[in-house]
Amino acid sequence: MRTVAGLNGLASGRMIAAMTRKQRRDLRNGLLFISPWIVGFCVFMLYPIVSSLFFSFCDYSVLERPVWTGAENYSGMVHDEVFWISLRNTAYYAAVSLPLGMFVALALAILLNTQVRGMTVYRTIFFLPSIVPIVAMAILWLWIFNGKYGVLNYSLSLVGLPTRVLPTWLDSKQWAMPALIIMGLWGVGYSVVIYLAGLQDIPVSLYESAEIDGASWWKKTIHITIPMLSPVIYFNLVMGIIGTFQIFAAPYIMTNGGPERATTFYTFYLFNLAFEDLRMGYACAMGWVLFLIILSLTLLATRVSQRHVHYER
Amino acid sequence: MKLSKPKRVAVHALLIAGSVLFLFPFVWLVTTSLKPIEQTMKMPPDWLPRASYAEVGGERVQVVRERQLDQPSVLVHITDGRRKGERLLLPEAKYQDGKAAIDVRVADRTVPTQAPATLEKRVPEGWWLVREKLERLAQEEGPPARWDCVPADAVETRVQPAWWNYKGAIRYTGTYEFSVLGATFRVPMFVVYLYNTLVVAVLGVIGVTLASALAAYGFARVPWPGRRVCFAITLSTMMVPFAVTMVPLYGIFRALGWIGTLKPLWVPAFFGGAFNIFLLRQFFLTVPQDLSDAARIDGCTEFGIFWRIMLPLSKPALAVVALFHFMYAWKDFMGPLIYLQKQETYTLSLGLQFYQSQHGGSEWHYLMAAATLMILPIIVLFFFTQRTFIQGISTTGLKG
Repeated sequence: MRTVAGLNGLASGRMIAAMTRKQRRDLRNGLLFISPWIVGFCVFMLYPIVSSLFFSFCDYSVLERPVWTGAENYSGMVHDEVFWISLRNTAYYAAVSLPLGMFVALALAILLNTQVRGMTVYRTIFFLPSIVPIVAMAILWLWIFNGKYGVLNYSLSLVGLPTRVLPTWLDSKQWAMPALIIMGLWGVGYSVVIYLAGLQDIPVSLYESAEIDGASWWKKTIHITIPMLSPVIYFNLVMGIIGTFQIFAAPYIMTNGGPERATTFYTFYLFNLAFEDLRMGYACAMGWVLFLIILSLTLLATRVSQRHVHYER
Repeated sequence: MKLSKPKRVAVHALLIAGSVLFLFPFVWLVTTSLKPIEQTMKMPPDWLPRASYAEVGGERVQVVRERQLDQPSVLVHITDGRRKGERLLLPEAKYQDGKAAIDVRVADRTVPTQAPATLEKRVPEGWWLVREKLERLAQEEGPPARWDCVPADAVETRVQPAWWNYKGAIRYTGTYEFSVLGATFRVPMFVVYLYNTLVVAVLGVIGVTLASALAAYGFARVPWPGRRVCFAITLSTMMVPFAVTMVPLYGIFRALGWIGTLKPLWVPAFFGGAFNIFLLRQFFLTVPQDLSDAARIDGCTEFGIFWRIMLPLSKPALAVVALFHFMYAWKDFMGPLIYLQKQETYTLSLGLQFYQSQHGGSEWHYLMAAATLMILPIIVLFFFTQRTFIQGISTTGLKG
């Protein structure tokens, strides 16, 4: 019964003929069960992927038929200054916010995994910001970052920073990006929960035997916690890569890509190209380049992780 | 791990410091939403919302402190001329011998004139100009607000939240008129946004849970050749950025005539979602095979097993999927931004962003109230479903 299930590959006509009645019934049932998904997959995933690839080689405005232009969209990117700015901004954001976010999340998770009183309350507090809808979050932080009446600058002046060195955050070319990174850190709770689940799966016996050997807290963290948690760290890293490279709503609502394109992110630029300038073909090409970037970074992360991630089997 | 006492204290200290940082934005959100406008843009900020009271027109009312006078002034009534009947506050030097130096508009020009006026009272420097606080929006009609000048110590200020801001924020979104059976109804746009969001969320939840469960059952419990490959393809679609499929999807919905309607936001849910299929498949795999076999011997069809055995056993997992999708629909911004056009089709996300782009930069009290109204339901939902929610997130990470 299980042998058929082990076969990899789609059933061909010859295979169907060679099947027993039960196997044929299973095939029919299986396909019936996943039929809504197959339809959805074809209409909302497969067709869009294929046609997006086609459009990426076309001049296409959605209002008129696409016109084949070969690799023009792709070669156009090389000379498109804004494309490079958006790529650099996105890379900057990812390079800072991803490691920082992972570190903060891991540190919080380790703290939240200790046995002190009131832990459920603490956990809830750190998790809450991550369920705040992005639009509400953006509007709230616009107010917090406000250069003139913002509570952040006020708090910084309370700790003794002179007013003249306080940045105008989202209105400043240098500080708009750090502002978005800070806001991102506020929503770190989601990965904290994933780390916490991983921490709780580490057998207590490992720590107990380390304690008998006289290992310090730091030694235990480095030699037990981190290696045992590495699959979860890898998972969060991949999810982080996919997420940070697609950041859109925050710059759209808070800065509109400014000031002076300092927060023109990749997806933000792509969206404007598609729906403001109606350069849909070019936007598709940029979408594919983004896909390739995310894919290669994920593969790179996987290669590195194969050497360092410890899977328990 | 059991910790020694000094370590426990250190952990508490770190957690409390972190909690303050993480909670503070919420505190700031709620307190700002309860402040009167003149209190929002103030440095140093007030930590608590306050209300001022003073005597205006012989009555003690809640007032807005407009400004403190920086020079001796006079309160006069103009008795003749184009501006006859107006009550004005002027610098002392502009009123002499029963004449007030004021500007009069003639055609499209402003002409300085001396108008006859009677003196109501002299106002020393340092007094406050206060205006009666009206519980209505600036653009709404009604009797004008009364105002007066009073000594600083005659204004009493006490801690009091301005709950009216919430009403104001809702009304500020505008009104939507619609007719049902000949009767015309008027509701605030905010209610329309809420309704649209609920339509998208509820229909989406029903669709995605049902379709994903079907597909997950097909992948987990029916041994058909090729299911592993199909499942791997399903999972790999999660890697594809939305930017890749965004344009063709828009094209599809445009060809269907769905742009400007809510359909692009919920119809696709009825075909399942890769992530949810994955989640449910993991759960279905843990249900003992014996249960299905027993039912099969009793003559139950495959769909019967799915419907009568698998679904009731999988309530926790189904709840996770439903909850995740509800949250997603409530938060989604890019989808509504792309597909919706008219204000009456907006969801809360898009409505709030629209509101921000129209009135941002000044009316922070309304913006914060509106943002609170959008966050509150999701937080309440979280508190009621905390366990399910956290378990859902935990399993995704562990089995990824």
